[in-house]
Amino acid sequence: MLSRVAENIFWMQKYRERAENMARLIDVSFNLNIEIPNGQHQWLPLLQVFGAQESFSKYYKVIDMNSVLHFLTFDTRNPISIFSCLSMSRENARSVREIITSDMWHELNILYIFLQQSNSKIDNHHAFYTRIKRQCQLFTGISDTTLSHGLAWHFGRVGYLLERADMTSRLLDIKYFTLLPSPDFIGSPFDNIQWNALLNSMSALEMYRQKWHFIKPANVVEFLVLDKEFPRSIFSCIVRAKESLLAIMNITRNANANKPFEIITAIIEKLDGMNGESIVNYGLHEFLDELQKEFIAVNDGISEVYFSFKELVTQA
Amino acid sequence: MTNFFNYDTSEKYDEYFQSNGEVRDYAKDLVSNIASLSKKDLSEKQKAAELAFFNMGITFTVNGEGSGVERIFPFDMLPRIIANDEWQMMQKGLKQRIHALNLFIDDIYSDQKILKDKVIPREIVEGGASFIKQCVGLLPPKRIWAHVTGTDLVRAADGELYVLEDNLRCPSGVSYVLENRLVMKRIFPKLFETMAISHVDDYPSKLFETLAWTSKIEDPTIVVLTPGVYNSAYFEHSFLAQQMGVPLVEGRDLIVEDDFVYMKTVHGLEKVDVIYRRIDDLFLDPLVFRADSMLGVPGLMKAYVKGNVSLANAPGTGVADDKVIYKFVPEMIKYYLGEESILSNVPTYLCCDERDRNYVLNNLENLVVKAANEAGGYGMLMGPSSTKTQRKEFAELIKANPRNYLAQPVLSLSRVPTIINNQIEGRHVDLRPYILYGEEIYIVPGGLTRVALKKGSLVVNSSQGGGSKDTWVRAV
Repeated sequence: MLSRVAENIFWMQKYRERAENMARLIDVSFNLNIEIPNGQHQWLPLLQVFGAQESFSKYYKVIDMNSVLHFLTFDTRNPISIFSCLSMSRENARSVREIITSDMWHELNILYIFLQQSNSKIDNHHAFYTRIKRQCQLFTGISDTTLSHGLAWHFGRVGYLLERADMTSRLLDIKYFTLLPSPDFIGSPFDNIQWNALLNSMSALEMYRQKWHFIKPANVVEFLVLDKEFPRSIFSCIVRAKESLLAIMNITRNANANKPFEIITAIIEKLDGMNGESIVNYGLHEFLDELQKEFIAVNDGISEVYFSFKELVTQA
Repeated sequence: MTNFFNYDTSEKYDEYFQSNGEVRDYAKDLVSNIASLSKKDLSEKQKAAELAFFNMGITFTVNGEGSGVERIFPFDMLPRIIANDEWQMMQKGLKQRIHALNLFIDDIYSDQKILKDKVIPREIVEGGASFIKQCVGLLPPKRIWAHVTGTDLVRAADGELYVLEDNLRCPSGVSYVLENRLVMKRIFPKLFETMAISHVDDYPSKLFETLAWTSKIEDPTIVVLTPGVYNSAYFEHSFLAQQMGVPLVEGRDLIVEDDFVYMKTVHGLEKVDVIYRRIDDLFLDPLVFRADSMLGVPGLMKAYVKGNVSLANAPGTGVADDKVIYKFVPEMIKYYLGEESILSNVPTYLCCDERDRNYVLNNLENLVVKAANEAGGYGMLMGPSSTKTQRKEFAELIKANPRNYLAQPVLSLSRVPTIINNQIEGRHVDLRPYILYGEEIYIVPGGLTRVALKKGSLVVNSSQGGGSKDTWVRAV
């Protein structure tokens, strides 16, 4: 497989996953905000969590629902808007159409056209974001069932699992930004609503309840970071990403490939020794911040080893 | 016949109807089926077809609009239909033509007998931009130069077929032939069941065989080389790679080491044996041709000369694609094959000939003027619809570089019924059959029918408001 193709597939899935998570996050924030009394709407954390408040304020005067939703959904000046992410995903897919299956391409293309033709208008918010979420999931499902589970599939899988782990860490981090203004919130009914909403945004509430039955912040953190069975927990994303990295190493027999593999192994070892309480005691925001930096190191390692050709050495 | 109620068959040649309004024999079952559709069916089918193309992302990129804007290639669902006996004749004519053209290219870059015998003036061949002196003495594997050709045919008012152009560089459009058919089968399943229409889906495997055949290696590694995602024909490049199951590469994915070509993969370097290149000669190798080319691969030509990689089409093939050289194809057929040309040429005036040039300059408003080495409808003057300023501009161009210009009478192209605003109206078409030259010559039945969607327009290029139709060759 061409290095460029591997890179395109990696990013195709990474951007697609980012779009899906943006849709999840916006959908939940929207639901959350319509439940809080007017005047206390919380749109700022949604920007903070992506470090986007600066670029937002370049183009918008007021932080309100319409402008934040537009900025995060349609605005092409915002590189992490859903439309920007899907455009990038599709652009990457377009340059590997001969590698991915036609079914995959059609699904992604239809989603892109849907966004393009919605003309920055949303009639029913829930239906709109649900559709994006569904079609993204459909895309992953089609990829699992139509694409051979060889290099292309593995590179795509590493791409979206790393992205998902990163997004889970950011969604969790949103609690930090939301609570920052007033620590009194902790433990209040409003706090519970927010933890519920957070779990909901990752379709995690039901699975969480099966395990823990009631909301306790340290348990939510443990579930979303460390749970070994829940498919969106950081731990399980990283473990599966490692599986795919190993598969890629075995197929390519690339002698230089140890670097990202070592970093990802170290992350797993670190997480293995922790629980919810120890993360909270360490400081959730600091912990997540470090984790995000480690994800970036894995990304860079993969890019160096597989995508920038000069690093390649083939084993005999 | 309600759908054809107001259809005008009186003037020009129509592919469905005779001039007295009677349906041509080979189109009868098609016409009666379409006539029986309700207005609603007709527009719903047309809409379903357009939506299918849109969702499949079958697009072309328009140059000169920023970083390349994707457009859907307009599609009309009423097919062009060709009688079996006429197709047999076309096929024979095309095979004869490509056979002679290949012998010509081979001759020009080796013994140049045809120039020595003064059948074609030497200065016309060697003075053209399409003649690549670096290719003299180069013999491509098995001495086939033009592996993939798309020849443009038109039918004039007299009902006769003429060859308009031989496209021997990187003719595009065959992907639309295959995708048009795919969509048509969904829209008219019953017609396909009953009408016996020649199938086209062999093309990708025939292309693969043709490419593999150029290599001396048993099981060669084949790639498609594209200029990249912003090229107007990018969809086709990726489509063909996908259909053949081979990698689609860009210049930056390839590297030449010790005169062998490799692609950069996640495994390391992998040797490439055959390149179906969809970039023009002059961009192939910055060390030999244009030094500023970012699309090609440094050292590629040396690897080719050493016989370590095959290129399809072979570098230098463009010499036979030159629209001035076109005039001499009937002479080539006579010279190399000792036969009369089966398909006619359009009468052509060469501006490098003084008498011709004077005629052209005095009759600009009645002629089509073309640049010798342009494609896609660019560098062209349509005399009858031109302005005085345009004619003046072309007169200057011709005088400044007579070798680069030629002129032809304006042919009135035949028409095929086409859906325009839910009504059926006649629109002018041409036809581009695709020819593969490997161990044997294969022609995909029919080819791409391009249609000028503007009323009265004779320009069918996608870049100039043209669309396409499926082409049905009757199998019996």
